[in-house]
Amino acid sequence: MSFALLMLLFAHFLAMSLLAIGGGVVLIPEVHRLMVEELKLMSDGTFTGAVALAQAAPGPNVLFVAVVGYRAAGLAGALACMLGVMLPASALTLLATRWLRAHQSLLGVQAFKLGLSPLVIGLMCASGWTLATETPGTRHVLLTVLAALLVWRTRVHLLLLLALGALVGVLGWI
Amino acid sequence: MSAPESSARPRSKRELFLTFAKLALQGFGGVLAIVQRVLCEEKRWLSRSEFVETLAVAQVLPGPNVCNVSLMVGDRFFGLGGAAVALAGMLVAPAIVVLALASLEAQFTSEPALQGALRGIAATTAGLVLGTAIKLASTLGQLGTAHAAHARRDHLRRAVSALLAVSTFVAVGWLRLPLLWVLPLLGLVSWAYALRELRRATPQLRPEQNGTPP
Repeated sequence: MSFALLMLLFAHFLAMSLLAIGGGVVLIPEVHRLMVEELKLMSDGTFTGAVALAQAAPGPNVLFVAVVGYRAAGLAGALACMLGVMLPASALTLLATRWLRAHQSLLGVQAFKLGLSPLVIGLMCASGWTLATETPGTRHVLLTVLAALLVWRTRVHLLLLLALGALVGVLGWI
Repeated sequence: MSAPESSARPRSKRELFLTFAKLALQGFGGVLAIVQRVLCEEKRWLSRSEFVETLAVAQVLPGPNVCNVSLMVGDRFFGLGGAAVALAGMLVAPAIVVLALASLEAQFTSEPALQGALRGIAATTAGLVLGTAIKLASTLGQLGTAHAAHARRDHLRRAVSALLAVSTFVAVGWLRLPLLWVLPLLGLVSWAYALRELRRATPQLRPEQNGTPP
């Protein structure tokens, strides 16, 4: 792989970074367009596999960018893509956070945080719902509802819940 | 259900890094539920309402939400260095794991047992996120500890907040409308309403009410 390719990947992900409003997963279609259709660096199947792997593995879902970069150009590719996608958004987040903190006595700033709170709850429900409805089936829903109840009402360790979910899947019950 | 107040802070950047690395490594299929559990309930670095406020800002800014949360928490306690360390904790260890898996991938992704495990994890993760959202809903309609309680207005405010949360859910989760439309529209309505409520409560306002350390 060439240095030129790495710089190209870096620049493309740099440009994409600020579009990621609502989380890393909203970039999936754009990254697909870039890597599969425009630059033709991987097949459709390789891309889908990379996304699925990153979503199943621990860590933020944005790591699908690292896997896609790795498939395109090895470890250096993973690094180039991740740096590109993280740098502008992280810089903006820091600037905005500091501005909000410096002006937190303004009613408008307080209203901003307070006003967005209901939207955050709604968005969390929406992402849980989207995840839950990806695979149809009654048992699947049952497992989701059970996990939600346990998280809400008890302090059971979340890893234990995930392990149980995985076990249920391995045994073929869902 | 009373939300636990934030009382603790990380002792060092090392603790910040290790905390985020550990929680990121537990986040199969998404980290949000685990971030809330660890930051609010185990470490108590943030109260529930502080967490919701942090997440609110993290959601509207570009970038992965949980990464933005780590940046904001790190910056709050240790400035720029803290932000860098927290984000590195969130990304480095899981990146190593996922790239190691990627280099082996061809050998095991077609295993039916693994496919089953992934389905199970996805269903459980959906539940974790929903359960966390329900838990955080208890913070809705609170103006913050500095404001005197007006029981009747509190009820109304909770009802309006719940309506806004449900509208967001229906628009994004059900109708699958693009976030870029939903966030500005509902956000503006919600912001205007919050501003009006805060203005009404202004006599009780104190500038340091957000609990951020000086």
